[in-house]
Amino acid sequence: MSDQVIVEKLKEKFSSEVLNIVEFRGETTVTVKKEQIVDICTFMRDDFGYNLLCDLCGVDYLGKAPRFMVVYNLYNITTKQRIRIKAPVEEQDANIDTVSTVWGTANWHERECWDLLGIKFNNHPDLRRILMPADWEGHPLRKDYPLQGPDREPYKGRLS
Amino acid sequence: MGVEQPKTLGSGFVTTSLDKLVNWSRASSMWPLTFGLACCAIEMMATGAARFDLDRMGILFRASPRQADVIIIAGTVTKKMVPVIKTVYEQMPEPRYVIAMGACASSGGIFDTYSTVQGVDEFLPVDVYIPGCPPRPEGLLYGLMKLQDKIRAERNTFGAAIGVGDVVHNKA
Repeated sequence: MSDQVIVEKLKEKFSSEVLNIVEFRGETTVTVKKEQIVDICTFMRDDFGYNLLCDLCGVDYLGKAPRFMVVYNLYNITTKQRIRIKAPVEEQDANIDTVSTVWGTANWHERECWDLLGIKFNNHPDLRRILMPADWEGHPLRKDYPLQGPDREPYKGRLS
Repeated sequence: MGVEQPKTLGSGFVTTSLDKLVNWSRASSMWPLTFGLACCAIEMMATGAARFDLDRMGILFRASPRQADVIIIAGTVTKKMVPVIKTVYEQMPEPRYVIAMGACASSGGIFDTYSTVQGVDEFLPVDVYIPGCPPRPEGLLYGLMKLQDKIRAERNTFGAAIGVGDVVHNKA
């Protein structure tokens, strides 16, 4: 099944959810609303065989609204097909439902995303920090986080 | 070592100062703890291997802090690693020495960021800093020899160990 057919079927089933579809150099990216992300991911896994979540990450588009984007890179091991799903998340009370019930590997990916970007994953079984120390304050991969830490003067070029 | 054979006692006797004997034994068997954190560890391994051969200087890497005299901090120290290093250092028996190997351990190096410690001297008493990114094995060897010089220049080392006075650090 080609990417176009998969995207068409996804659009058919979740017509009100799909925001944008982009194809660039053979890579298909579907942007969807965050509300039904679990249903969409379950659909992608069960009906199109995307049985591997390669990566789940967050992007900080500081200055834009919505500020964050959660990106799901899916892979179908049988047909060797890839697809990317993106879901925008607002800055205020940033949260999205967990997909760790769909792919177990999402558990740690979502913990990393929470740790570094501060996007909360609802219903996550164990949403703790994974990279930073447990008592760390703030989310250092956010674009407005000071590079050298909050307790130091902000970076002003190489002479600072 | 300054070993002398005094004529009055005849042959079969040697005399030396306790400081010199203790310092000689400590400087001749500095056992470092394997504590590689980044690419410096590769150079540290190379220094220990056949080509540079640390064993010839009595430097044998130990895998347990309880058997180690020196901790070579070889690499980038993250803030998350600090409690681990502190624990390991406190487990080492005294006298214990610290070598900061490479730019990262000495000053944070290129990693001037929120997650990196800007030099291990923020929480450990460093004896020798070795510059380089990473330092070549010759650099590490030179640093270890500098530490040996420093140990040899110490006075009242034995007295301090049995609770009489403190160690006097003379300039090497």
